Amino acid sequence: MAIRERLSGNEAVAYAMKQINPDVVAAFPITPSTEIPQYFSAYVANGEVNTEFIPVESEHSAMSACIGAQAAGGRAMTATSANGLALMWEMLYIASGARLPIVMACVNRALSGPINIHNDHSDSMGARDSGWIQLYSESSQEAYDNMLMAHRIAEHPDVLLPVMVCQDGFITSHAIENIELLEDEKVKEFVGEYKPAHYLLNKENPIAIGPLDHFTHYFEHKRQQAEAMRNAKKVILEVADEFYKLTGRKYGYFEEYKTDDAEVCIVVLNSTAGTAKFVVDKMREEGKKVGLVKPRVFRPFPAPEIAGALARFKAVAVMDKADSFNAAGGPLFTEITSAVLAHGATGPKFINYIYGLGGRDVKADDIEFIYNKLLEIAAPGKVDSIYNYIGVRE
Amino acid sequence: MAYNFKEVARKPERFTGGHRMCAGCGAPVVIRQILRALKPEDHAVISAATGCLEVSTFLYPYSAWKDSFIHSAFENAAATISGAEAAYNGMRRRGKLDQEGETKFIAFGGDGGTYDIGIQALSGAMERGHDMVYVCYDNGAYMNTGIQRSSATPMFADTTTSPVGRESQGKNQRKKDLTEIMVNHHIPYVAQTAAIGNLKDLYEKAEKAIYTKGPAFLNVLAPCPRGWRYEASDLMQINKLAVDTCFWPLYEVVEGKYTVNYKPKNKLPVVEFLKAQGRFRHLFKKGNEELLDMIQKEVDRRWERLLSLEASN
Ligand SMILES: Cc1ncc(C[n+]2csc(CCOP(=O)(O)OP(=O)(O)O)c2C)c(N)n1
Repeated sequence: MAIRERLSGNEAVAYAMKQINPDVVAAFPITPSTEIPQYFSAYVANGEVNTEFIPVESEHSAMSACIGAQAAGGRAMTATSANGLALMWEMLYIASGARLPIVMACVNRALSGPINIHNDHSDSMGARDSGWIQLYSESSQEAYDNMLMAHRIAEHPDVLLPVMVCQDGFITSHAIENIELLEDEKVKEFVGEYKPAHYLLNKENPIAIGPLDHFTHYFEHKRQQAEAMRNAKKVILEVADEFYKLTGRKYGYFEEYKTDDAEVCIVVLNSTAGTAKFVVDKMREEGKKVGLVKPRVFRPFPAPEIAGALARFKAVAVMDKADSFNAAGGPLFTEITSAVLAHGATGPKFINYIYGLGGRDVKADDIEFIYNKLLEIAAPGKVDSIYNYIGVRE
Repeated sequence: MAYNFKEVARKPERFTGGHRMCAGCGAPVVIRQILRALKPEDHAVISAATGCLEVSTFLYPYSAWKDSFIHSAFENAAATISGAEAAYNGMRRRGKLDQEGETKFIAFGGDGGTYDIGIQALSGAMERGHDMVYVCYDNGAYMNTGIQRSSATPMFADTTTSPVGRESQGKNQRKKDLTEIMVNHHIPYVAQTAAIGNLKDLYEKAEKAIYTKGPAFLNVLAPCPRGWRYEASDLMQINKLAVDTCFWPLYEVVEGKYTVNYKPKNKLPVVEFLKAQGRFRHLFKKGNEELLDMIQKEVDRRWERLLSLEASN
């Protein structure tokens, strides 16, 4: 029987980490992810886990210690946000380049500067090409579920890549929601033991990691890494399928909400999808054919699948909670439109809205405004502006 | 057991030849001797910071390291090895590692990777108390990127970012005393050493550092023929001059107690050390006597201070 609880996103993630009971957790406090290492050190202090907790002096060292621990042969985990993730940046690439299946909880927060502690996606979007698998979560339930699936994906021999599980700072991390937890034994069985083929602590077969890798080999290693990211696509679905059988909760690359007969659609990540669903329901009652696509897997990017799903709409708005400062569009928008173009979908018109930077509230009215704009475009009208902002004083 | 160079040298090599360190470089001599202090039945996990040592000993697909080895970046050899040590403790506690002997954790970094960009990670790892040894091989500049000054570069040395010029006599600042900074972490074992004579001092300090429970720090002088500008064959002579002039005192601090391991009967003037190296050549031009004097005063001040610390144990 599943356990019904009421937990915040941070509690849910910490609880998943407790059930996973990794060999090493190395972390450094930063709002809004601070609670995760706090909860976890309490588990250590009370003997509820027998993990080595390393209270490092920085996030750079947190990721470095995770790299050392995972390379040594242990399971290593961490949690961070914003500037902490930025400080890890160098090491994110080294973790994925060394093919170490580390798992991180990323509690999304706006990057400095100016400094701001609230939610947007500039932190994880800044790390989108670091070679990490990125899973996004709408709720604490999804953050918990993604954490439980993360090791299975990361450690799969065809993958061997680190995974970042993202959730919205404060909105999800600090809001208490109903959640269904799995029993410890079931988690243990599902996640399984970590049995690396090669690891530093294997005295019988010592290894060396992190060479100087010249133009004679570097490219092949990067090519293998790219292939691993492709392989992850298959593994993510296999793991989701197994998870579904265990819990009845279904996960794919993205979730479609009331899209069957929809004419227009919004694409948005994480908690804002919850608000958008509410707006979809309301507008549906008014007879408006609106729908929602909420990506869960941003890395690897499910390009043909998402292009296929969006091809049937007349107009699509991609909402980005991060700006690319490229005078062209936010990161989710540019990925999606290039996927659509590359995979030959010519139907829909695309627009982009940057929203919610630095935690600016996005209201149901804002989303309704975007749907109405899309219905206008679909009418058929024309797109007068592709790259837009909503909720900002101009 | 008394130190016997021949016996020690006969131990199986854990750091093999064929690496690409320069002839006359101090670092490989130091590394080889330190690893000889490991008991044959023990395994080591070694991390190295980016720098000459790392890029010359582990070029894919070749490694000069017989033990397990990890390089991740420049500033984090201490943090990386601390993670490996934590995994060892965690996995052992869970019964996941049943192997004979112990595993020892050793990090190597140049002075750039240790005194400068890596000092935070080093300080953190030492304070956390991991059972590990951090070895700084101090060649007094960023050699791998072409002899740029570091905080370990001695005063008035000519480097590519503290060049001698019409308005400059080389590096204008004093050398940071990292060994003392590590002493002030109050860790169980801190020592400063160099590869002199039959390498006894180096061996014994390495052995103590490796087999003292908890964090230990070794600062080892590692001359660089390119950066210091001496003939490759003069390496051991340069090491000896550094010690005989008290430019680089050999000492150790065990639980706060100072021991100066070598007090030259005949303390040589520091110019003997300086004049053997091209990086100080400009100091011997007429009119620069005052600069030599400043260096001598600084060496004397530090040496006297060290002796008084020992005396006040
Ligand atoms: C973050 C970062 N900054 C700069 C570099 C470039 N870099 C590589 S090695 C090195 C200098 C190493 O100097 P040191 O630690 O003294 O070791 P040495 O090469 O002298 O043995 C520098 C500046 C780097 N690899 N990473």
